[in-house]
This record gives sequence, structure tokens and C-alpha cells, in this order.
Amino acid sequence: MSQRLFVKGNEAVAMAAIEAGCRYYFGYPITPQSDIPEYLSRELPKLNGEFIQAESEVGAINMLLGASATGVRAMTSSSSPGISLKQEGISYMAGSELPGVIVNISRSGPGLGGIDASQADYWQSVKGGGHGGYHIIVLAPASVQEMYDLTMLAFDLADIYRTPVMVLADSVVGQMKEALVPNPRPETTLPEKDWVVRGRKEGTEQKIVKSLFLGDGELEAHNWKLHGKYDVMREKECRQELFMTEDAQLIVTAFGSVARIAKTAILTAREAGMKVGLLRPITLFPFPTQAYRDVTGQCKKILDIELNNGQMVEDVRLSVARDAEVHFYGRPPGAGSLPVPEELFEQIKKYY
Amino acid sequence: MAFDYEKYIRPGKLPHIWCPGCGHGIVMKGMIRAMDTLGLEKNNTAIVSGIGCASRLPGYIDCCTLHTAHGRAAAFATGVKLAKPEMTVILVGGDGDGTAIGGNHFIHACRRNIDMTYIIMNNYIYGMTGGQFSPTTPHMHKASTTPYGNPDPSFDIAKLAIGAGATFVARGTAFHANQIDKLIVEAIQHKGFSVVEILDDCPTTYGRRNKFKSVIEMMNRLKEVAVPVKAAEKMTPEQLAGKVLTGILYKEDKPEYCSEYQKVIERAGGAAR
Ligand SMILES: Cc1ncc(C[n+]2csc(CCOP(=O)(O)OP(=O)(O)O)c2C)c(N)n1
Ligand code: SF4
Ligand SMILES: [Mg+2]
Repeated sequence: MSQRLFVKGNEAVAMAAIEAGCRYYFGYPITPQSDIPEYLSRELPKLNGEFIQAESEVGAINMLLGASATGVRAMTSSSSPGISLKQEGISYMAGSELPGVIVNISRSGPGLGGIDASQADYWQSVKGGGHGGYHIIVLAPASVQEMYDLTMLAFDLADIYRTPVMVLADSVVGQMKEALVPNPRPETTLPEKDWVVRGRKEGTEQKIVKSLFLGDGELEAHNWKLHGKYDVMREKECRQELFMTEDAQLIVTAFGSVARIAKTAILTAREAGMKVGLLRPITLFPFPTQAYRDVTGQCKKILDIELNNGQMVEDVRLSVARDAEVHFYGRPPGAGSLPVPEELFEQIKKYY
Repeated sequence: MAFDYEKYIRPGKLPHIWCPGCGHGIVMKGMIRAMDTLGLEKNNTAIVSGIGCASRLPGYIDCCTLHTAHGRAAAFATGVKLAKPEMTVILVGGDGDGTAIGGNHFIHACRRNIDMTYIIMNNYIYGMTGGQFSPTTPHMHKASTTPYGNPDPSFDIAKLAIGAGATFVARGTAFHANQIDKLIVEAIQHKGFSVVEILDDCPTTYGRRNKFKSVIEMMNRLKEVAVPVKAAEKMTPEQLAGKVLTGILYKEDKPEYCSEYQKVIERAGGAAR
């Protein structure tokens, strides 16, 4: 068994990337994720890997696209304003069906905003932040262990579906230190990368990586293919945590750091004899719609809590339709706006 | 009588955020003296910056201020100048902001030769984010993301500006404080895109990683490497090895962009301004 370590969430991301076989990292400094490039600039050269600090986030995402096109495992990381700059490249990767891992240790906005924790990038992440109508898989860790495990998973999902995968966390999860068991890379059967632009055998055709389709009906067929993959993801890749939901009269739903705070409030509610549970989506795309439908069989009240003015709540409402009433509590990011358990307990009492 | 800096300082904004020994404050004082020499009106002067410790400077100066996105100051400033050509537009920022993420906007502002002044505080590092290497970090020097030494070659900002078409290019240092305002005065008076690079120091994130024992040592290094252009004329290539030229490095009269655009308006049948 692996030993237990005490590390930051950002370090856990970097460690998982190395364990997953990622040897190429392209980034640009920005708080609060700079521990990731700093760790990888130190460790990758030891493993014959390479760390490049690009001239901008636009440079970094396109270097990732290039490396990925050759079939290697590669990643980039940034924080909200930098992730905005990567959207062009992410759209091209989605269109060209290139795997790659993008980590967003998000901060508050819009514009420069501030460096405090925020979940205001939900829409940008799950709705296709760039142009052209695509999705990427979005994983939302809530602990240092999950930062490690989900980063590892992100590389596999990226290869399986030939898609960019985003790990979306906030500075609370990125900066906090917790115990971590750095498990070895799991055995997975991955599809052969027969599309890479390098390493073809003599006599076989050259490969083209592109997102331009000019032939009659080609682009439409390509889009149907991409959207077919999204349907498979919806069917197979939804992940969520259910906590005390079996008998719940009210289910709190939240992702990432806020779900941790909500859990404490739920335990307080249970002590007070209130039947409250938690549904925490771990995949934000695909959104675990079925899990919401399942719990609304017996529970008719949902309280969605986010560190923003209400974004995921739209997907929650779509998921439960009219089968439950959906309430929202959230605060826009700003210094000191992280909710405390007592505050969330008040909200639970209000809607219970 | 002591010079009154306060009149250009935005009320309630001091103390500043800069670390003890940071050269950015020396540049700010030079800039204020230059503004005073030229008698710039606060409400007719726009100071535009991106993001970084250097880019915090406009927050302290009581003029029309645009604090914008990292690297984009030259683009924002171009918008201001085109809409308000009568305003004096000054850009300030760091080496990372101006030559990494903002490099493209920087060279194109130089190429257009639009009448603005760009003051770049080159401390060889990304100070604000904790000391990652920048495009000016010397080869093999240490930064938080180059623990084994920086493999990248570095930019010479002044040469880059000249090559890209800037029509006034000067260089000073934070050590030569009395020269800073004189260079800025000439730069602002020049009609066209002017660049003033100030070699600066960041003791906090660059100095300590590169074995500078004190701020004084960093300042002395600036003193040692700087050679005024006039003095350099009498020196041999061997004597000039490892030195950097200071003073006005380049000056040329060339059509300025806003004036050239007026001609386009007139040719198109629009009214002269
Ligand atoms: C799009 C974007 N990427 C990255 C950052 C993070 N960032 C803020 S300041 C800075 C570097 C500043 O370095 P420099 O311009 O040299 O100024 P200094 O702090 O050294 O004075 C970076 C990378 C950001 N704010 N926005
Ligand atoms: S970190 Fe460096 S550049 Fe920033 S204020 Fe401190 S000394 Fe100046
Ligand atoms: Mg700098």
C-alpha cells in the first residue's frame, strides 16, 4: 500500500499527473495554481519529461494541443482569467478530438476579480466555454485525495473519449493540505492511438489533425459524431456522492469545497432530528441527472448551494423538472464570502 | 524646497503594496517628477496598465486610470488614444506583462507608432505571482519555475522595441533615479510611440533566489552594468561585454498613427478634426 502523505491539493494534482504518465506540461503563472507548475518544473526533468512556461495561456493550450496530437499524455493548468484565454484552444481540441487535461483552480471574477475561492466558472466549464457547441468532461474534486484520484481519472477519460477533460476546483481545495494516499495508476484498457501525427509505420497513410471539415455534409457528420460521444458520456460517466439521502426530506446539493461545508451543516441538522442529505455531483459534465431523478422519488425539496449567484442550479432544475421544489442559496465571490456551516444550517432550517 | 509628490498621488491610496527595496517606487517618483516638469493635467492624462506589481502603479497616481487585463495595456491604451487623441496616454507595466503575454500588443503598438509612452519596469521576473521566470530572466538564472536554471534565452526589450518600429527608445535604471524623469519627459514630448525601459530590482522573488545578499547589492549591480550611450562610443567591444547601454538609444521622426488616420478620414470624405 502507498504511504500517507500530507500535501496541498495542487501538489496532489501534479503528483497524479506524473503517476498517470504525463510527461509534458505547458503553463503560465497565475495564483492560486502556481504550485502545480512549480512542482512539475522540478519533477518532470528528472523523468525525462519537459516543463514549458509559455508566453501566455494561449501559447500553453496550443502547445498542449500539439503535444497531444503526437500521442503523449500532456496537461496544462491555470486559474479563471487564464482559463478564459485557453477557450480557443479547448474548442480546437474538442473539434480535433484531441485528449488533454486542463486544470482550473478557479478564482473570482468577472474580469480580474480577486484570488479568493469561487465557483463562478461552472457555466464556462460545462456549457462549452469556447465557440462551436461542444462539451468537455468536467470533474469537480472536493478533497486533496480527490484532486489526486480525479486527475488520474481525467487522463484515462481523455484518452478513452479523445476529448479535453477539465479538473475544476477552487483555491480552497487547491491550497489546503490534507492526508493523501498516492495510489498507483490503475490498470485500464485504453483504445489504441491510431490517429497520432507521429510514429506511423512505413507505408501507412499520414494522419491529419484538424477541426476544419469542408466536404459536403462532413461537418454535420462530425458534429453528430461528437454529440454521440457526449450521449455515451452521459450514460456511462456520471459520478456523484450520496450522503444520508435514503430517508432525506430535504437534499442539499453542492459541488467541490462548498459540499464539504454543507456536509457539516447536514450533520448539525441530523443532530437536531432533521432528515437532511447531500447529493454532490463529481462530474459536472456529464451532469448526474439520473441521480437527481432517483432521489426526488421520495424527497420533494432540494437546496442548491453554490459559491456564485446560481449556475449549477439551472441544471438541477432541468434534472428534477417539476418533481421537487428547488431552492438556491449562494453568494458571489469576494473576500470572506466562504459560507460557514452555521449559515448553511440556517438555510436548511428555512427550507426544511 | 522639497519636491511635492503628493499633488499627483491619489488621496487615500498610500501606503503602496510594494516590498521594501522594490524599485517600482523609484520609477513612480521619477514619473511624477516628469509629469510635473511637463505640467500634465491630471484629467487630460490617461495612465493605463495591465497586471503585476509594476502595473499597480497607476492606482497611486491621481489621473485618468485604466487598470486592465494582464498583458493588454497597449491594446486598451490604443483604444483610449484613438478615441481621445488630445489626451496624453502613458502605459506602465512589468517585463512579464509587456513582453510575455503582452508581447504581441507591444510590438504592434511600436509598429503603428501611435503617440503614447510606454514605461516598462524590467525586474527580470514575474514578481507578483511569486517569482516565475519572465522573457527577460537571464539565461541560467533561477526562478521558482526554473529550479535548475533558466534554459530560455532572454529578450532585450529596447532592441525589441526598435526592431518593431518604436520611434523613441530609452533605457535607464532604478539606481540612476535622477535620470528617470528626464528620459520620461523626452519620451512624452516625442510624437510617436516611445518606450522607456527601466532596469529594476525585485529583491523578494528574484534577488534572494539569485544570491544577491541585499538590495544594495542589487542596486550596485545596476550601477555597474549601466554605460551611458555617449561613454560607450569611446569603449572597445571587450570593455562593453556584459554592459547595458543607458540613455536615449534611438530616436526617429516618422508619421504618427493618429495623424495618419486623419488623412484616411479626409480621403474618405470625413471631416478634419
Ligand atoms: C491572464 C492572466 N494570466 C496570468 C495572470 C497572473 N499574473 C499576474 S501578474 C503576473 C506577472 C507580472 O509580472 P511583471 O509584469 O513582470 O510585473 P512585476 O510583478 O514583476 O512587477 C502574472 C503572471 C493574470 N493576472 N492574468
Ligand atoms: S514582489 Fe518584487 S516586484 Fe513585487 S513589490 Fe515585491 S519586490 Fe517589488
Ligand atoms: Mg517583472
